[in-house]
Amino acid sequence: MKQPAPRGEASTLLLAVLTGTVDSPGDALSLLESAVGAAVTRTPDILHDDDLQLALFCLYELHYSGIEGAGDDWEWNLRLLGVRQRIEVAFEARVRDEVVLGELPDATGEAVCAELFRMTAGDSGPSMSRFVARTATDDQLREFLVHRSISQLREADPHTWAIPRLAGRAKAALVEIQADEYGNGLLARMHSSLFARTMRELGMDDTYGAYLDAAPAITLASNNLMSLFGLNRRLRGAIVGHLAAYEMTSSQPNRLYSRGFTRLGYGEAATGYFDEHVEADAVHEQIAGRDMAGGLVESDPHLLADVLFGAAAALAVDSIMTERIMAAWEDGRSSLLPSEAMAP
Amino acid sequence: MSADLRNEERDPAPGRPLNSGAAAPVSVVACPDGPLLVRGDFVLVGADGEELPRTRRTVALCRCGASALKPYCDGSHKFTGFRSDV
Repeated sequence: MKQPAPRGEASTLLLAVLTGTVDSPGDALSLLESAVGAAVTRTPDILHDDDLQLALFCLYELHYSGIEGAGDDWEWNLRLLGVRQRIEVAFEARVRDEVVLGELPDATGEAVCAELFRMTAGDSGPSMSRFVARTATDDQLREFLVHRSISQLREADPHTWAIPRLAGRAKAALVEIQADEYGNGLLARMHSSLFARTMRELGMDDTYGAYLDAAPAITLASNNLMSLFGLNRRLRGAIVGHLAAYEMTSSQPNRLYSRGFTRLGYGEAATGYFDEHVEADAVHEQIAGRDMAGGLVESDPHLLADVLFGAAAALAVDSIMTERIMAAWEDGRSSLLPSEAMAP
Repeated sequence: MSADLRNEERDPAPGRPLNSGAAAPVSVVACPDGPLLVRGDFVLVGADGEELPRTRRTVALCRCGASALKPYCDGSHKFTGFRSDV
């Protein structure tokens, strides 16, 4: 991924350390540690903190595609892992504050599946998919794709971290879902390839991270949540619940997104990504609820609360993101950060 | 077949490869209040015997009648209050 523009003291220091533009990396790391320590203490809300969310995103990116100009050795640098953990602790605490779990269901596959379907049916926030279907302008479609591009150009990767951490029925279910996400070996049907094709149809850059500078903190937070759950084995229940919630809230919204692109005159090359998800996720939500999440809880009942937390966290953070985007659009503003990436 | 295997671990077609190639056995899961999930080696045909378009190995077939993608499920059962006995 190309280097993003820093958004404050922590991300400035981090990018300087990673790209070797400091005289003394040891001194710069010390400055970074104290800057992050101060920032997590004084941030009014880490979900909307551009500096901290970008720093966390970059630290996670070392485990995905890397960052241009950053040496690969930084991935397991102990001091950077320490910095990551400082941000993660505050981030996870903030997300846990946001989530209220009801009474836990029985630790059976059927009960877990039913509870996940119940939770995902109760989504009460503003509907971005209905807005896109009926009202969104061409510019708003592009904004929508910018927000989504941060995750969709590497679709499925954060949940793949969970595969070696599961066993038995839950693992077989996760692999069945992920194989479909990756196109069952056909590059053109890989979901990230389908999304890239949609971006190209709208004349956008389909390079991973091309629009990162335009993505606000909450969009990065939605992505960081998946990496937090995926990269920490103790949160394996949460990453499974997160995926189940995503699969269960996908079919109908994607049908509406497709309708919006059709309304504005785009053809199958643009809508293919969304059409694929209507059908795919109606399959995946059944596998995810019963066999993956339900199977995991049946084999390890003490993960029940974590699975439901992961699902609730996915819904809560994405609901905050949607509210932000919709509020900007209702005021006639852009939902993105000012960035050269969006210059025509 | 070993008697101590749990049900889901039993090979439904001993001696034939599971879920790979032409001999993969077919299973149909009736999802409560939802679709029929079909796995394995099967052919889905219309009334004229012609194969229907299909892009994935495992499919969910509509059984509530409300899908806009029939014969496939599109999740509509969740919005119509569809209830199944099984």
